[in-house]
Amino acid sequence: MSTAFEMTGGQVTIDGRKILRGIDLRVDDGEVVAVLGANGSGKSTLVRSLLGVQPLSGGSILLYGHPPARFREWRRIGYVPQRLSVGGGVPATVREVVASGRIARQRRGRWTSAADRQAVSAALDEVGLSDRAGDPVSSLSGGQQQRVLIARALAGEPDAFVMDEPTAGVDAASQRMLAKTMAGLVERGKTVVLVAHELGAMEPLISRAVVLNQGCKVHDGAPPSPVGTHALPGHDHVHPHEPAPAESSLPGWALAQEKA
Amino acid sequence: MTIFDLDFMRYALIAAVMVGLTAPAVGTFIVQRRLALLGDGIGHVALTGVALGFLTGTAPVATAVVVAALGAVAIEMVRARGKTSGDVALALLFYGGLAGGVMIIYLTPGESTASLNSYLFGAITSVTSTDLWVIASLAVAVLALLTIFGRELFVLCQDEEVAKASGLPVRFLGLLIAVIASVTVVVAMRAVGLLLVSALMVVPVATSQQLTRSFRTTMALSMVFGVLATVGGLTSSFYLDVPSGATIVLLALAGFAVALGVGRFVRRSRTGESTA
Repeated sequence: MSTAFEMTGGQVTIDGRKILRGIDLRVDDGEVVAVLGANGSGKSTLVRSLLGVQPLSGGSILLYGHPPARFREWRRIGYVPQRLSVGGGVPATVREVVASGRIARQRRGRWTSAADRQAVSAALDEVGLSDRAGDPVSSLSGGQQQRVLIARALAGEPDAFVMDEPTAGVDAASQRMLAKTMAGLVERGKTVVLVAHELGAMEPLISRAVVLNQGCKVHDGAPPSPVGTHALPGHDHVHPHEPAPAESSLPGWALAQEKA
Repeated sequence: MTIFDLDFMRYALIAAVMVGLTAPAVGTFIVQRRLALLGDGIGHVALTGVALGFLTGTAPVATAVVVAALGAVAIEMVRARGKTSGDVALALLFYGGLAGGVMIIYLTPGESTASLNSYLFGAITSVTSTDLWVIASLAVAVLALLTIFGRELFVLCQDEEVAKASGLPVRFLGLLIAVIASVTVVVAMRAVGLLLVSALMVVPVATSQQLTRSFRTTMALSMVFGVLATVGGLTSSFYLDVPSGATIVLLALAGFAVALGVGRFVRRSRTGESTA
């Protein structure tokens, strides 16, 4: 089995503030890893630096065995950012945005191929947005825009998905659609690194959880299992997580569970 | 007498079409990249290039291309660093370009700031057949580059981090769009002048996006609006005997005002349909 992502002693400092303080993280092929933690714990920075999008100030990263600068197989990775960037407001349709997910597979100066079109349609189908393909993305709800971002990554047919809070602020219908899409990815043996505030319906799909607290890894292993009232039938595991107080040594999820 | 009876007007019309096509095409990417004022910045810097042309006795268009491209690269590098306050750094470059141009032209024997007027405000009717060849080849180069790199530039202008995570050469593409913009500024300089150049890169795009839903149509329609503005403005300035650059820009702005109203009406009737 090969290793998709490997971070050794990863440090990130932004404007003199330490965001990541020496993280070791290895994600093997086919693993589904959730990155959990309170707001500001460095989850987002961690996954963005895994991709080389956020430069490290210390430590190193390997993507499929290569440092980001020398990595050439970007088609193997699909990145789902936290939210859809609207840029300067030039309209773009759902199909245009999703089709741009093919970019790592397309040769410069070549026309769009039948395979490209097919992958885009399949991705739109998978997230249930085929009927909105011609609509401008700005006319979609937050949850639908999140589905567009996931469809863009799906269209590239990567081996590994890196998703930055795909469930944040998403309506119930989109939540269900996301869980279904995730289940499909797991079934196909895809590697997934997923930042989440709470796992919700995706909990059973996670093979490993990494918990961050103030830029440090405080847990790496089995997903935190539901305890107490969480384990009762009928509990839908939807509760507001509060950010961990700065002085606490407990990770956000543990605190929230204590309170519940 | 019609507009086609005069050589200089025929040249001017061809130049107008070129400018009307290229400026909004580049502008679509630049607006999406939130750099709507990039054209203005490059325009100011290009003035130093024009003045250098006078000083050294070379063609001002040639020196303007070189200096504008260097300025654009500098702007992009400042922007990419992102840490220093980018807009202030850009502003410094604008002022430097303008002041540099005025100073250099003052130092050039036999020239005065009046020599810069046609570059500042445009003098499309003074386009010669040689100018036309230069403008045409630059315009073709710009459109060819946009066609070849369009897909990548779309991703870059949409979300730079996604572009990076897709393995695109982000730094190169950023410089490319900056250099394409600077070439476009010089192409459009003769038509509308350096002070109004940015209008042709921004206004047709802003007009078009009132009416469209996709990136591709926005770009195509903005090119249509661009040509309508340049050709329409040039023609009316000829018959009304008013300055061409200002007429072109005012016409483009009038088009924007109309599109704003039409766009509102269309959107309202669309939402009306979907809720009915």
